[in-house]
Amino acid sequence: MSVRRLAAEQPQSFAFSAESEEKVQFWLKKYPEDRAASAVIPLLWLAQKQEGWVSEPAIRLIGERLGMPYIRVYEVATFYTMFNLTPVGEHLIQVCGTTPCWLRGADDLKAVCEKRIGKKGRENLSADGKFSWEEVECLGACANAPMVQIANKAGDYYYEDLTAEGLEKILDDLQAGKEIKQGPISGRHASEPTQSTVETLKDPSLYDGSRAKPITLPNSEPAKAEG
Amino acid sequence: MTQLLQDKDRIFTNLYGHHDWTLEGAKERGSWNGTKEILEMGRGWIIDQMKASGLRGRGGAGFPTGLKWSFMPREVGNRPHYLVVNADESEPGTCKDREIMRHDPQHLIEGCLIASFAMQAHKCYIYLRGEYVLERERMEAAVKQAYEAKLIGPDNIHGWDFDVYIHHGAGAYICGEETALLESLEGKKGQPRMKPPFPAGAGLYGCPTTVNNVESIAVAPTILRRGADWFASFGRPNNTGTKVFSISGHVNAPCNVEEVMSIPLKTLIETHCGGVRGGWDNLKAVIPGGSSVPLLPKEICDDVLMDFDALREHRSGLGTAAVIVMDKSTDVVKAIARISYFYKHESCGQCTPCREGTGWMWRVLERMARGEADTSEIDDLLDVAGQVEGHTICALGDAAAWPVQGLIRHFRHEIEERIANYRAGKPVFVSAAAE
Amino acid sequence: MSDNLRTIVIDGHEVSIPDHYTLLQAAEEVGKEIPRFCYHERLSVAGNCRMCLVELVGAPKPVASCAFLVRDMRGGPNGEPPVMNTLSPMVKKAREGVMEFLLINHPLDCPICDQGGECDLQDQSLAYGRTGSRFAENKRAVEDKYMGPLVKTEMTRCIQCTRCVRFATEIAGVSELGAAGRGEDMEITTYLEQTLTSELSGNVIDLCPVGALTSKPYAFNARPWELTKTETIDVMDAAGSNIRVDSRGGAVLRIMPRIHEGVNQEWISDKTRFIWDGLGRQRLDRPYIRREGKLAPASWDEALGLAADRLGGDPSKIGVIAGDLNDAEGLKAAKDLFDSLGVKSLDCRQDGSKLGGGPRQGYLFNSTIAGIDEADALIIIGANPRTEAPVINQRIRQAWLHNNLQVALIGEAVDLTYGYEHLGIHASDLEGLPRKRSGFIKTLKDAKKPMIIVGQAALAREDGAQILRLAGKLAKAVGAVGEGWNGFNILHTAASRVAGLDLGFIPGAEGLDTPGILAAAGQGELDTVVLLGADEFDTTHLGDVFTIYVGSHGDQGAHAADLVLPSAAYTEKNGIYINTEGRAQLAERAVFPKGEAKEDWAIFRALSARLGRTLPYDDLNALRAKLIEAHTVFGQIDHAPGAEGAADFDPAELGADGDVLDAPIALSVSDFYLTNPIARASKTMAQCSSEVAAILKPHVQAAE
Repeated sequence: MSVRRLAAEQPQSFAFSAESEEKVQFWLKKYPEDRAASAVIPLLWLAQKQEGWVSEPAIRLIGERLGMPYIRVYEVATFYTMFNLTPVGEHLIQVCGTTPCWLRGADDLKAVCEKRIGKKGRENLSADGKFSWEEVECLGACANAPMVQIANKAGDYYYEDLTAEGLEKILDDLQAGKEIKQGPISGRHASEPTQSTVETLKDPSLYDGSRAKPITLPNSEPAKAEG
Repeated sequence: MTQLLQDKDRIFTNLYGHHDWTLEGAKERGSWNGTKEILEMGRGWIIDQMKASGLRGRGGAGFPTGLKWSFMPREVGNRPHYLVVNADESEPGTCKDREIMRHDPQHLIEGCLIASFAMQAHKCYIYLRGEYVLERERMEAAVKQAYEAKLIGPDNIHGWDFDVYIHHGAGAYICGEETALLESLEGKKGQPRMKPPFPAGAGLYGCPTTVNNVESIAVAPTILRRGADWFASFGRPNNTGTKVFSISGHVNAPCNVEEVMSIPLKTLIETHCGGVRGGWDNLKAVIPGGSSVPLLPKEICDDVLMDFDALREHRSGLGTAAVIVMDKSTDVVKAIARISYFYKHESCGQCTPCREGTGWMWRVLERMARGEADTSEIDDLLDVAGQVEGHTICALGDAAAWPVQGLIRHFRHEIEERIANYRAGKPVFVSAAAE
Repeated sequence: MSDNLRTIVIDGHEVSIPDHYTLLQAAEEVGKEIPRFCYHERLSVAGNCRMCLVELVGAPKPVASCAFLVRDMRGGPNGEPPVMNTLSPMVKKAREGVMEFLLINHPLDCPICDQGGECDLQDQSLAYGRTGSRFAENKRAVEDKYMGPLVKTEMTRCIQCTRCVRFATEIAGVSELGAAGRGEDMEITTYLEQTLTSELSGNVIDLCPVGALTSKPYAFNARPWELTKTETIDVMDAAGSNIRVDSRGGAVLRIMPRIHEGVNQEWISDKTRFIWDGLGRQRLDRPYIRREGKLAPASWDEALGLAADRLGGDPSKIGVIAGDLNDAEGLKAAKDLFDSLGVKSLDCRQDGSKLGGGPRQGYLFNSTIAGIDEADALIIIGANPRTEAPVINQRIRQAWLHNNLQVALIGEAVDLTYGYEHLGIHASDLEGLPRKRSGFIKTLKDAKKPMIIVGQAALAREDGAQILRLAGKLAKAVGAVGEGWNGFNILHTAASRVAGLDLGFIPGAEGLDTPGILAAAGQGELDTVVLLGADEFDTTHLGDVFTIYVGSHGDQGAHAADLVLPSAAYTEKNGIYINTEGRAQLAERAVFPKGEAKEDWAIFRALSARLGRTLPYDDLNALRAKLIEAHTVFGQIDHAPGAEGAADFDPAELGADGDVLDAPIALSVSDFYLTNPIARASKTMAQCSSEVAAILKPHVQAAE
């Protein structure tokens, strides 16, 4: 965590697009009417997804929308590290560097990023302006380490079980404008064991619908009094 | 010889996503079977069953879930009750809730209904960490399906008006602390609250609230369907049930796997993960419960059981049951220094010992990893860790101190060696590569 | 809250403590000192500094005593009382640890820090810290933040206690300060480093336990131990805030609040705090006589001679107007002199207010300031307490926040820092109210302790007496006045006004009031007008009349004068002031008057001798004896009458019947920072006026 400040250059204004506005309404409906501030993170996120980053006019607009003083929105925007307070690359590569990924070669991924994109820091764009990268803290995919999260127009998905070569290939594909498939690149489906000495989740009776048949609850006699 | 968990007793039957995650698929696998009957048994029965099952919270602290539910006010006053599900899975090494949410979401949603009914809550928020974007999309879709099938929502077929809302964060480990999560959900910085008051008295929006981990809630329906005694038959007393273990680091095949509680660590690794890279004897240390618990050297790992009490006896903890394995090639000082960096990065900054102590510990450890320190600083570091531990508003201070204490407890000699090497002009750390 | 006593053991002594107390309060109750940084009695509990940790026997770790209630303590298994230790090794170690953490990133720049000598961190590190530091890393540096012309920042010194953030949000009611970022990079800032737009912002300087927020105007001026500290009374408004004036030699170097629970608690407004540079500028330090159109220095002898000449003439052609900052003694001496001369046209209401003459309750803030805490509904008529009496306004805000006080306003809709129902801007909006049974009037009628505050904006106009009558009728109709509670309140803006009214410094029979004096002067019907520090009106109305100005600052009045008699400013004399509650308070001299300036009463005493009507007192004590003899209220120091005599007071009799005008009720204070001659002489106030007014937006931001 380093000091987080708003970008020196800011746009004149911010407005939610029609598409974002629909989502804003979706989020606002989730909270009690007098608790609109609850939507501040989702709204900041929508602003970021729309513009690529959170600008100062967006902070003000969201404050006004939610009845929050600007400083409170600013506090939130600077506290949560996923908010980009400056423009970032079209593809922001977030390399998990925390110990479980580090143990499995996160440093190699960082080296690839440094070589291909340049200096670490989400605001430091690559020469072609398309990429930037940063090291982030544990992304919660440790059984698929090392891994990266890539933020771009396609979404914010995980690319797992990576190797240096695997990441290079992903960067190549992104550069070429190709679609890339999220998830493990190792052929694994998710985080299943690949060298288990026992069969796991293979029992056909789990999937034949027998579990959907009516059941009698155990321990249901005698039913205890409501309380 | 431990009896491994058999497929027939697994709760998360789609943990790996090989089957249909949608409502249809989930129902086929038994979700939402007999839910109405469960609710008809009443709140008291549900809570009693949960207590009898011995389920202890799966988010790290291990507090008995049934007991926690019973802390909610018996009568609903003028403030509504809330259930909040902690899906801010952020403890390094931990990646189990993610699999539940993206592959078995109906377990969670059904659990939310049952738990909310038991605590007389009509509304539930599921707080996902911001990075879990796919999981969030999956959860939104699954919730929508459940609404459309009238399993939840107003006038649902279960007779308990109930809304589930998906909420998300934006990059802050601290929001996994329950009161920080509530602050965040209220639209503020995720800074933990002081307790008391506890959330059951004044939680979300000042209303009675229970915060539970994803896994704790998601196992509830199956426990009630199959019986508290069934669940309690796994593991040792006070450490019962099945548990999703996340194994990462230097094993041949890292994975998530649902196993019995109290499984020997060695069995877990050798059965499901293809063993330690380079063989068991190449093991250096294991962090058994997520980054915040003290690591264990191989000698302890040889026969330690994976449960709350056994790990506590060895001055570590089960935590989230996230097993981080380090083989002999590991620069263990660097590994812990990296964890210290994590806590420095994630300290909310609210209270003094954590705000100042996490950065201090990290900086000292970074130097120690390079050997640029004095041996007297090892005790100073231990003392600083002690000044953080137990002096903060929330447990992040403890979580930052414990790995450091564990390192010094078991690997002090390695730090001393580095300092000596550095002073002698020798290479500070030579990896004992085994491959 | 009822006092359920609980027996607990503190450091081995069994004591009974109300169970709603925090452990910190409990410890203080029995004389134990608990160090703290973030905790402050008047702010919400943050519990973040961890300095106040104590040992609770049985608890696994020390607890923050500021946040833990006696009620929540656990006793022993056999019913033993719970035990707290404040001196145990665990506590000592905890304090040493926290001190060390606070200091590792704190610059040890005490020699160049303005907080030096009055720094909580310095003091507590001496008492509770370790002897040395084990920190071998680089220290953190934090960029300073701009917060406006008053608050200087040195953010590297900040210990993140968040007192300033809580003050701004909770007390000042401006959510402009926050703690951005997180972890060790957390920084206190205003949004985009904008100037704080609070009239109470200077209080964060007092609250800051370290030298992160210090006084910009005072920067590097003095060390606290060099200063002479004088406890006195503020005159910037009619609240009568208790202050301490710190001076060195003849110069006032800073002004700080003193605690008075009944008046300003421990807050003062920025005008009260930062006015002091105005005390050294634009001063009238010798007499002046206008010669050939220009004011030229003169001797006292000459000046008094000229004054005596002018005042010795036809008393019906003399008018006297007193200003806002006068002490009671000066007013008394002036009134005694002019009475003896037969002058009938004298008025202490330079704004043209229609108050006075009736019962004393008719012009006092009868609920008392502390009474606001008890009120449950309040209607404000023609006042903006935020600019007219900031410390009273924050008290209303506290009641609104914590006691569910309901507020309504008739007058210009301004940001008061609390929510209110706006009932209109015209005096006529008052007319139908007493008969209404719904809406806010119902709230007032249902209230146990309703309050009505009438401001000068409603009274200082042609129909002021009619508005006063309407307000009085409303007070009666809602039951605001009765045995034990007098909810009828006048909010004065002038520190000298109540004393003036108490003295009867208003026109006698056939005398002219301020508008009358000005009109007569303009038409050449008067020979001489005397201004006693009166500057707050358009002096062009005086026309060619011979004007004598008695005052301390070269402002409008002096510019219009033909003769200037220099007098002492409020920090330069001993005097009695009566605040808007009717509370007499003693001001003390901090420094001597400038140059040849004299205390007002002494000027009139000297003048009386020249006129052959020597006043019967030779010193201040003798004058005060006469004053108290004539008006006992001046002898009742620090007594606010409150509901005394409320049963016999009929507010509906106040003022006069008649129609009210169509004109909306304007604001009586257009620029908070520039309301008097001293303020207008202050560069700091001028800067505030231009910066804060520029930022203050018309829209009302959400109040938290």
